[in-house]
Amino acid sequence: MKHLLSAQDLTRDDAVRLLDVAQDFSDVANRSVPKLPTLRGVTMVNLFFEDSTRTRLSFEAAAKRLSADVMTFQVQGSSVSKGESLKDTAQTVEAMGADIIVVRHFSSGAAHRLAHSGWVEAAIINAGDGTHEHPTQALLDAATIRERLVSKARGSDLSGLHVAIVGDIAHSRVARSNVVLLNTLGARVTVVGPPELIPSGIEGWPVATSSDLDSVIDESPDAIMMLRIQKERIKGEFQPASGNYVRNYSLTKDRANRLAEHAIVMHPGPMNRGVEIASDVADSSRSVILDQVRNGVALRMAVLFEVWGGEK
Amino acid sequence: MTTTVITGLSLMGGEVADIAIADGVFVEPSGVKGSAKARVIDASGLVALPGFVDLHTHLRQPGGEQAETVRSGSRAAALGGYTAVHAMANTLPVADTAELVTQVWQWGRAAGYVDVRPVGAVTKGLAGEALASLGSMARSLPKVRVFSDDGKCVHDSGLMKRALEQASSLDAVIAQHAQDPRLTEGAQMNDGPLAAMLGLEGWPAVAEESIIARDVLLAESVGARIHICHLSTAGSLEVVKWAKKRGIAVTAEVTPHHLLLTEDLVSSFDPLYKVNPPLRRSEDVLALRDGVASGVIDIVATDHAPHPSEAKDCSFPEGAFGMLGLESAFAVVMTTLVKPGLVSLDAVARIMSTTPAQIGRVSGYSAPLSAGQPAHLTVVDPAGSAGAPHGSLSSNNPYRDQELVGRVVHTFYSGVQTVTDSQLVELEEKSE
Repeated sequence: MKHLLSAQDLTRDDAVRLLDVAQDFSDVANRSVPKLPTLRGVTMVNLFFEDSTRTRLSFEAAAKRLSADVMTFQVQGSSVSKGESLKDTAQTVEAMGADIIVVRHFSSGAAHRLAHSGWVEAAIINAGDGTHEHPTQALLDAATIRERLVSKARGSDLSGLHVAIVGDIAHSRVARSNVVLLNTLGARVTVVGPPELIPSGIEGWPVATSSDLDSVIDESPDAIMMLRIQKERIKGEFQPASGNYVRNYSLTKDRANRLAEHAIVMHPGPMNRGVEIASDVADSSRSVILDQVRNGVALRMAVLFEVWGGEK
Repeated sequence: MTTTVITGLSLMGGEVADIAIADGVFVEPSGVKGSAKARVIDASGLVALPGFVDLHTHLRQPGGEQAETVRSGSRAAALGGYTAVHAMANTLPVADTAELVTQVWQWGRAAGYVDVRPVGAVTKGLAGEALASLGSMARSLPKVRVFSDDGKCVHDSGLMKRALEQASSLDAVIAQHAQDPRLTEGAQMNDGPLAAMLGLEGWPAVAEESIIARDVLLAESVGARIHICHLSTAGSLEVVKWAKKRGIAVTAEVTPHHLLLTEDLVSSFDPLYKVNPPLRRSEDVLALRDGVASGVIDIVATDHAPHPSEAKDCSFPEGAFGMLGLESAFAVVMTTLVKPGLVSLDAVARIMSTTPAQIGRVSGYSAPLSAGQPAHLTVVDPAGSAGAPHGSLSSNNPYRDQELVGRVVHTFYSGVQTVTDSQLVELEEKSE
């Protein structure tokens, strides 16, 4: 695996292997010195054209636990605001020694362009491109679901599980990557949201669609993933009235109580407590939100390890 | 008197004969044969077509000279077998005055490769707010007969109605870029499952179809002609078909890229495949081919849109809309329409020369290859493989990975050979 650009790039076996490797790496965090020498001498650059704290920190932690050197390129105050192109910026960080470029960009497809345009030689990891994909988020979500809901986790996929993804599907790269990866891993997916936040063209996706959260909860999904409304990407007139949204699509205590006993509640963060998810639910025992964050580091260690060549 | 005899040609795919040109016009070959002074070109096995007329070309001058100039675009046109092109108005400044259209026309005459017919803007500055002075452009030296805000849609119904009325009184036509702006804000590619999956803003078919439906009715209400630029969806075809049946004076064009390429290419996220209107589904491509065969679509027009490399060397949403077309159009028509048996070579003459000339009121094309007519001639090898484009200053060629058949071998513009053996003839720049 030279790059990780999209969940589409992963076969079932690729994905299961990544989850297994991540499981091995997660033990590292519990050691007295949480570090492996695996990527010593390798330089990873976080190339972030969009605000992000948790994803950037997670990649940074993952790289450091594998002994890689880390550089960070932030968009604010950088030459991008002076009109420098993606191509020039990427070539610049490569000239400074980047072996692996972790890129977040406001344009869908930016990571594909970096990987396939011949601009740079570095391995590219997509850390979120526009409204397209966020594959490491989907992988860490799958790792979390497997850890919690599959009894013999190692080597297993997510066959037979039902996952509901709720909220702003149209503008969510997390939703897209999850729809793809969960299908690859054999899970069944239902996306739920107000019609204006469901993308036109969804009929071609391998999912069930609903605008009625209550009836989906009655189907007893094994996992329910709540998404933030991406106000910054929504055009004016489609902004859902927040009162209506909370009434119809928030995971309230009442709704959470109707879930099956084993069902887990997920959120990729950052959360808007009281909007898409009630505070009590986010802090409840079925919430795996911090497990997602913890698994994120191990999973990104696995991805860095794989793009650098796996067992060499 | 310079005389050229081209021998052994199939005339528009029919009978084999010789063609003679003297002093810029076609003459009877029997009259010049055996004359010692005549230059003879053996063209056995090749096909004679009338010089192509493009109703939709972006030559970028003034303002975009790093992408194309009138001269470089004229050269690309000649290599593609064209003898006349219509230069769209979306230059910097916009071609919305008699002075500017005259300047573009003069640059074309100085280059001498093709007849450069300027298209005038419908609204001042393409802003869609106030009509440009269509009358003064129509009465200027180049006698503008096609007006278009191409790149933008004349979306204000009142303005469109007045433009149609004015154009009608000038025997001109409005060429509409049909795109409802409110339905396509931020649009990047064809709307549908693929756009949804790629996370790219969709450009829905209805944004084109609804404007065409409105405009054919407006044209009918004022008794004007209307021309639809780059029709791209199966639904648009239905609307135009209905309008024609109703007797509305509507004509429609399709681009080579919409006859061949599909939205699937956008999965590469390469802005090379970013164009407006966007590449559509394969169902649309097949419907458009049938539309040409059945005559609902009147012509093929290139929408040749050169861009400098930096406009495409970026992420997809940041890239510019548009692709090259002049040098590949004939090969695409051969590959998508003639080879599969949808149209004959005779029909190619109609859809690439006679009819576009008629729509644009370009004289000299009504009786193709006939003695006494201006010698606008394209000699093609229908089975030859198409070469890579090399006349344009830009390189945004979307056909680089496609196998195309059909080669332009010689081009004559008013008797002047502009292309010989698929190579450009170097012509001196003329001073007026």
